[in-house]
Amino acid sequence: MDVGIVGWGAYVPRHRIKVEEIAKVWGSDAEAYKKGLMLREKSVPTPDQDTITISVEAARNALRRAKIDPQKIGALYIGSESHPYAVKPSGTVVAEAIGAFPSIHVADFEFACKAGSEGMFVALSLVKAGQVEYAMGIGADTSQGAPGDALEFSAAAGGAAFLFGGKPEEIAAVCEHTYSFTTDTPDFWRREYQFYPRHAGRFTGEPAYFKHVLSCAKRTMEIANLTPKDFQWAVFHQPNGKFPARAATELGFQKSQWEQGWLAPTLGNTYSGASPMGLSAILDVAKPGDRILMVSYGSGAGSDGFVWRVTDQVTKLQPLARHTRAQLEDRPIYLDYGTYAKFRGKIHKVTE
Amino acid sequence: MLGPARYWREVPQRYRYEAAKCAKCGKVFFPPRLVCNKCHSKEFTQTTLAQTGSIETFTVIRVAPTGFGDEAPYAVGIIKLDDGVRITAQITDCELDKLDIGQKVRLEFRRLGKEGESGILRYGYKFVPVA
Amino acid sequence: MRDVAVIGVGMNHWGELWEKSLRNLWTEAALEAVEHAGVDRVDAMTVGCMSSGLFVGQEHLGAMLADQLGMGPIPGTRVESACASGGLAFRQAYLAVASGVSDIVLATGVEKMTDVDGGAATYALSAAADQEYEGYHGITFPGLYAMMARAHMKAFGTTRRQLACVAAKNHDNGLLNPLAQYQMKVTPEGVMASVPVADPLGVLDCSPITDGAAAVVLVPVELAKKMGRPYIRVAASAQTTDTLALHDREELHSLAGTAKAAAMAYKEAGIGPKDLSFAEVHDCFTIAEIMVTEGLGLFEKGKGGPAAEAGVTALGGKIPINTSGGLKSKGHPVGATGIAQVREVFLQLTGQADKRQVKNPRWGLTQNMGGTGASTLIHIFERA
Repeated sequence: MDVGIVGWGAYVPRHRIKVEEIAKVWGSDAEAYKKGLMLREKSVPTPDQDTITISVEAARNALRRAKIDPQKIGALYIGSESHPYAVKPSGTVVAEAIGAFPSIHVADFEFACKAGSEGMFVALSLVKAGQVEYAMGIGADTSQGAPGDALEFSAAAGGAAFLFGGKPEEIAAVCEHTYSFTTDTPDFWRREYQFYPRHAGRFTGEPAYFKHVLSCAKRTMEIANLTPKDFQWAVFHQPNGKFPARAATELGFQKSQWEQGWLAPTLGNTYSGASPMGLSAILDVAKPGDRILMVSYGSGAGSDGFVWRVTDQVTKLQPLARHTRAQLEDRPIYLDYGTYAKFRGKIHKVTE
Repeated sequence: MLGPARYWREVPQRYRYEAAKCAKCGKVFFPPRLVCNKCHSKEFTQTTLAQTGSIETFTVIRVAPTGFGDEAPYAVGIIKLDDGVRITAQITDCELDKLDIGQKVRLEFRRLGKEGESGILRYGYKFVPVA
Repeated sequence: MRDVAVIGVGMNHWGELWEKSLRNLWTEAALEAVEHAGVDRVDAMTVGCMSSGLFVGQEHLGAMLADQLGMGPIPGTRVESACASGGLAFRQAYLAVASGVSDIVLATGVEKMTDVDGGAATYALSAAADQEYEGYHGITFPGLYAMMARAHMKAFGTTRRQLACVAAKNHDNGLLNPLAQYQMKVTPEGVMASVPVADPLGVLDCSPITDGAAAVVLVPVELAKKMGRPYIRVAASAQTTDTLALHDREELHSLAGTAKAAAMAYKEAGIGPKDLSFAEVHDCFTIAEIMVTEGLGLFEKGKGGPAAEAGVTALGGKIPINTSGGLKSKGHPVGATGIAQVREVFLQLTGQADKRQVKNPRWGLTQNMGGTGASTLIHIFERA
């Protein structure tokens, strides 16, 4: 039985901070980030936005496309490294907010930046197993970068939601293959009670991101018996602009294949939302018959690979919700570093 | 401090905008009431508020009550929804000096506050300008 | 029902009274009123207080204050209708005397507001709004009135300057009231340039945070006559409610509760707005005074602003409003405000208002409201 995406939707906060504004405060070289990491600006969540609110809005966009009775959603998973509560699920708020309760299985996932694709993987599998009629997988984050750390230039906010189902006439993108590549590689972590995550510097590159993403992508294509030429689109985890561009090039993809889902230069790294938002941006414009390769990456470390085949249904769903890139380009509001620091809880009013 | 039970009780309104429509005269109540103040009927049907509307009046709060200090300045408005119901809520993601009566807005799900450093998080609706 | 008189009044010099507790504040004003009335006992006491629980952590004021008064185990009743608590305490005392249940009743109001910081005070006051559907969204009272101001400006072209003229006028009056919190001249320009609190209102559009108490003694008119003391007659008492939440009102730029209560009170007193010599009204914010004067029928809807700017409501104008300085300059210890309004009417109608005396007044009115006008108390008084 074919299963696939019957609705998708993203949510992008409107606030931004430019690389120059952060570099100015810490005496860093903005050009190095812009050229070296291909980062120009990043999204910033307001104090009233978090993984839960982003997930609700993304889920609502997915439902605007799927137009199914939310009561039929049997499972909902949110992957994030910034769940607002340490203990208490994010997913229960989303399930109630979209009217998909109480007959629903809900869980919060965490696997650094791979948590979103994990949620998608499990939701998809439950539908395939016939356990539930529909299931939703969401990747969303409002990730924190420590002041002055390299991560501060990229850690951003956003998310995407995918609703999976098994009725052929409803599917906009069939999931043809999946593959996961996992090892224990400590390149990035956050210990209990710590506010900011830490990373292992250049160790996050070759043995971590590139090894996992490249291995996963190659194996996924091998299983599917496909080569880069068979894909119209590809999206990889995007912790910055440079890593996915290099991975795509090494694998033999042309810029025209990966540019549409390559959001990091102006969005930043939305962690669990990063590759799902890229997929959402691709689905917004994909044509029936197109194939999409998606490879996530989560530190710790692992990658999930998916091969999607777009169906005729996609063109009907595309106009039903705001496109990912349209949101990204919609009236950005630029912040100075002080307001950004306040928004991100790095500084507080003394009486509060 | 609001406390979890008081917060939880209003979830159908704050998450899903559930309202009650008088079965007799059609007046919509948000939040739902037990008796219609127009025709005194006690029968209602459940309905959902329209999620777009326009600003009927607004202000910018610069001196905030306890719990909102970190957020000031912020805008609050009375919004006339497209179904005619009026509600009070913050208007966010806007340029404070460009707000105007009549401006079109839509609902978004947002976090409205938190109970100190360790209490529950408060979610609900705010409005954002449509264009 | 018996005719009722006010025969004695008391009030402290309002302000930030750091050395005085709620009980001391109240007892000072209460004892002054009792002494002023020349009575040696009271049969009952009412106290209007909005939020002693949030401001000083003390409830059960009926018992606590009756105890402090030292006149035995008299009935002590606390009433609450937000900023109209004082007006309600007066009405309850009036009903007790008019009905014949009690002969000498002390009506009081008190609020001790400065023991908490500004954020907590703003929060306590915001509890008069709909906590779940207004307060939850971070609205404040200045914010609610600011929204009414903006609606009024939109509907009638009311100007920022007209709002400011209300504050300037009330500060002028307050300069003549030795018990007012602010003895300070304010210009319309100064009000317009004051620190913004909730746009379009600045800090000088807002009544202040005040510690204060006020008390008056009510007796049957027959008894007042027998005692041979100056008194005023309560000619009407009216109370109305409106929707708690501002957004549920038919109009955001008018006060239906005030209009309704005024109609009831004029009918009871057998007069109309043109007969009034002056009025003490609830100018918690400058826009409130404009909307109240319209609600009272002193001006048509939309004409309150131009009237304030033209000096019609000034001392010496056609209809002086808030000769005491109003909430704006006299201060606004919320529960005490409605009682202090009655004190001002007493002084005016008995010719004891000194430098701010209105010439030969016969009818005076008090209008006290809670929230954004969800509770309204109107009383009309006639010179004896």
